[in-house]
Amino acid sequence: MDYNELGLKMGLEIHQQLNSEHKLFCPCKTELVDDDYNELIQRKLRPTQSELGEIDRAALQESLRGLNFKYENFEKHTCLVENDDEPPHSLNEEALDICITIACLMNMHIVDEFHTMRKQVIDGSNTGGFQRTGMVATDGYLDTPYGRVVIESLGLEEDAARRIETKDGFTEFRLDRLGIPLAEITTDPSMHDPAQVREVAYMLGQILRSTNVKRGLGTIRQDLNISIAKGARVEIKGVQDLDLMSEIVEREVQRQLVLIDIKEELEKRNAEVLEEIHTLDDLFVDTESKILKSAETIKAVVLKGYNGLIGREVQPGRRFGTEIASYAKKRGVSGIFHSDELPAYGITQDEVDKVTEFLNIGDDDAFIIVAHDEDIAISALEEVKRRAALGLEGVVEETRKALDDGNTEYMRPLPTANRMYLETDIPLFKITEDRIEPIANNLPELPDVKQARIIKEYKLSEDLATQLVKRQEADMFEAILADVDVDATPVASLLAYDLREIKREGYDVNILTLEHYKGIFTLLSEGKIAKDSVRKLAVETIKTPDDDIAEIAEKNNLTMMSEDDVAKIIADIVAQNEGMVKERQMGAMGPLMGMCMKQLKGKADGGLVNKIVREEIQKLI
Amino acid sequence: MTYKENSEKYIENYNLSIGDTIKVHKEDISYTGILLDRPEDAEDGFLVLKLSSGYNIGVAIDNTTAELVEKGDKPKIGYDESEIPKDPSKENISVISTGGTVSSVIDYRTGAVYPKFTASDLVKANPELLDYANYNVKALYNIFSEDMKHEYWVKAAEEIANDISDGADGIVIAHGTDTMHYTSAALSFMLKTPVPVIITGAQRSSDRPSSDANINLIDSVIAAKGDIAEVCVCMHGSLNDNFTYLHKGTKVRKMHTSRRDTFRSINAQPIAKIENKKININPEYSYTKRGENELEVNTNIEEKVGLVKSFPGISKDFIEYHIDKGYKGLVIEGTGLGHTPNELIGSFKRAKDENIPVIMTSQCLYGRINMNVYSSGRELIDAGVISAQDMTPETAYVKLCWALGQSDDYNKVKEIMQTNIAGEFSVKSSIKDFLN
Ligand SMILES: [Zn+2]
Repeated sequence: MDYNELGLKMGLEIHQQLNSEHKLFCPCKTELVDDDYNELIQRKLRPTQSELGEIDRAALQESLRGLNFKYENFEKHTCLVENDDEPPHSLNEEALDICITIACLMNMHIVDEFHTMRKQVIDGSNTGGFQRTGMVATDGYLDTPYGRVVIESLGLEEDAARRIETKDGFTEFRLDRLGIPLAEITTDPSMHDPAQVREVAYMLGQILRSTNVKRGLGTIRQDLNISIAKGARVEIKGVQDLDLMSEIVEREVQRQLVLIDIKEELEKRNAEVLEEIHTLDDLFVDTESKILKSAETIKAVVLKGYNGLIGREVQPGRRFGTEIASYAKKRGVSGIFHSDELPAYGITQDEVDKVTEFLNIGDDDAFIIVAHDEDIAISALEEVKRRAALGLEGVVEETRKALDDGNTEYMRPLPTANRMYLETDIPLFKITEDRIEPIANNLPELPDVKQARIIKEYKLSEDLATQLVKRQEADMFEAILADVDVDATPVASLLAYDLREIKREGYDVNILTLEHYKGIFTLLSEGKIAKDSVRKLAVETIKTPDDDIAEIAEKNNLTMMSEDDVAKIIADIVAQNEGMVKERQMGAMGPLMGMCMKQLKGKADGGLVNKIVREEIQKLI
Repeated sequence: MTYKENSEKYIENYNLSIGDTIKVHKEDISYTGILLDRPEDAEDGFLVLKLSSGYNIGVAIDNTTAELVEKGDKPKIGYDESEIPKDPSKENISVISTGGTVSSVIDYRTGAVYPKFTASDLVKANPELLDYANYNVKALYNIFSEDMKHEYWVKAAEEIANDISDGADGIVIAHGTDTMHYTSAALSFMLKTPVPVIITGAQRSSDRPSSDANINLIDSVIAAKGDIAEVCVCMHGSLNDNFTYLHKGTKVRKMHTSRRDTFRSINAQPIAKIENKKININPEYSYTKRGENELEVNTNIEEKVGLVKSFPGISKDFIEYHIDKGYKGLVIEGTGLGHTPNELIGSFKRAKDENIPVIMTSQCLYGRINMNVYSSGRELIDAGVISAQDMTPETAYVKLCWALGQSDDYNKVKEIMQTNIAGEFSVKSSIKDFLN
């Protein structure tokens, strides 16, 4: 695909949890909780008028779903603020300062005054029906190998509650995550190359990790904005794997191209979505289809001129019909039947013919069936009609969810700007020069700068230094070397390579503290253990972290032998192989070294063994 | 416009108005956005811009220039005025708005939640109300709950009486929560009503999706259509959005600064629980039925009544002050069973001598006054202090205001205070009536 020709434009939106001690507007800790909740609270939400006097269309749509919510409360871990039963406390200044740090690292302009806004979100993930959010900085940039990328804005906002399950008409959320401060970084939508998007996401991640942010699964979320010239803007939520970025882009472009194609075909056919919702109950009295048989009612709509197009694949394994179905599903049905896929699902050709006759449709026409309770079936078919009709407009502006295979699925319409109004419970917050200056003068080292410095300062290979920084072990590396006078390479290689393997073997490497590392490398620097034993000693230390490191080394036979003992063993081995030495002279060096190292591995330094073996051979020849 | 000196001058200078899209140039950055008004209490020297992203930011005007991009309208709050449809088969409910959280919307003139909505906006913001009744809506006044005054109680009582005379089948009063229980007590004493008079409000303002206003309001309408012809408070019964309680107007009190279920029946049980749009009346409660009473209004009230809380070390000056200033009555929030330091007794005697009734309530809130147990209590009785039994201090205060409105004779007032007028006290304390 020629992305340039298609006018592909992409932008990134990144949400990163901050590692402040308290939440953004209450004193609760910023930790997730796996305890049982103490109380479950039931709530409803309804959309309200915004500051500019118009009810927002996305908010209105969500309200139609009429969902009820349950919130898991904790006596210790959450408070009345998360519950929306107490007004928010003052803005968390620690979180603001972290954002100011991030803003400075991205060359941004910090606003003079921070205004906390309410962004209406009535899917229940925020108890108040809005997320509190504010603009900290705008207009920064990042220089990438693909050119400069403009960072449009940096927001500071509350994370949403954790969705636990949806059951019996209630969606249950846990309140532990609600209110954890999030930095929201938005680039301008001017990137044209998927590889660049990937690089920018990576760089932003590196910048964020150099500041006081949360680490680990779920603490950073990447959303992708994407459009092509003839298409429309689509926001893809939750791109977890950066390596999947190109695949997602490719499949979204493909989807938009097919939708444009479908639109053109529909126009040619003068296609039209008919208003009437038909009841087909009488046609399916004796049906073999389990879904139809168990449903209260079977209803259908006619799509004139849509025949063959509903079955068109828009993404691998997903059809235009899937797009329509995902709208219907928001009304509580588990799916739809469309004429392009029938007969199937227990619906026979005979039944299809009966429906075709009953609906009185022609060869170019299609129909969609929904089977459910009366209310839900009608409401779902209204959505079917709406989405099918949008087919005539080509690509629809949507928020979509990234799926694991690189496909995307409809979530909700794109939010409009007037979802936001002022949070009147929190005073405006002036950001003074006095606040910014000390932060700007003490910025953390960026990963690439740190890497270059480490290579130079510790004479490490580029690969080792890269891995250290990437795995966020550089600080530990430097802390160890600040106290222990030891060769840098084994320290770096334990942290950069071995830890990962040890972790893969199932050990919890987080048990190892700076003190443990210092103990291990002190033994190495004093010649008490061999380089080869460092990894094994680390593993044994994880098993018994409270024991003395020297004792652990001793117990596991990792301590080096004295030079005398080593010499004795080597002398024995050489003596046993006197014949070979006599015969091969110095050529016996290789095999003898092999035999000695086999016995002395981890107990003697290789250089020393080499020296003694050489001496012993020379004695014999 | 609430921009102050420097900002105001700046805006005038560039000939800008609220609602205009403008561009402000700073040394190294420009911002384009809609010029919004600024909270009254915020610092001078800033402009508020709504960026195209929807975010508001404050821009310091020092060393900036501005230009108009596009003239705009000042954003309007509220709905278009239009007729509310009437259905002759439905009851006629009168909705009276007094201001407060149940009928408010964001006002960015001050940047705060303001009671700006009229009652008609209220019905339009909650269109499902139309399923239940016809509405006659009016904004009686528009004040914060904390600005409530005696004269407003009078005005409300008169308005309610008018509406009932005009055929209202029930009354719903939208009220701020802070002083709701004072108003509910005042209306309880002022009105004998043949129809329900339901006071409601919201702890989370109606401008937010999670507001409790909608449910409280709908349940109030259901109560107003119902059979309990008393002055009641209808508010959330728990932190859940699934039921409300109907509390007796004289036995209810705001007990939490912010929770939805802040209103509690004190020394009593709620009259009814409203769940799934149905009223479940507490079977132990005998209530005044619809039509049982003839409409009677008695709005005579004395405003010069004090409410004083006793505390360790309180000086008699607190009592002497009220007497000196010509207060006609005094309610004391005593400690425990109804006690005050010995030092105050002389002042209470003086009050009695000057025909000023002194009523004893307890700052415990729960439980009954009993001044017979300790000698200090008996001395208070001897000094003429009158027991409020198990009334809350607030109800006792409102009752004393009303009683003094009926008579300035000490003994007559004492008699009124000891007579149960509107279910304000009970003679029996139930094991159930604590912290519920
Ligand atoms: Zn909290």
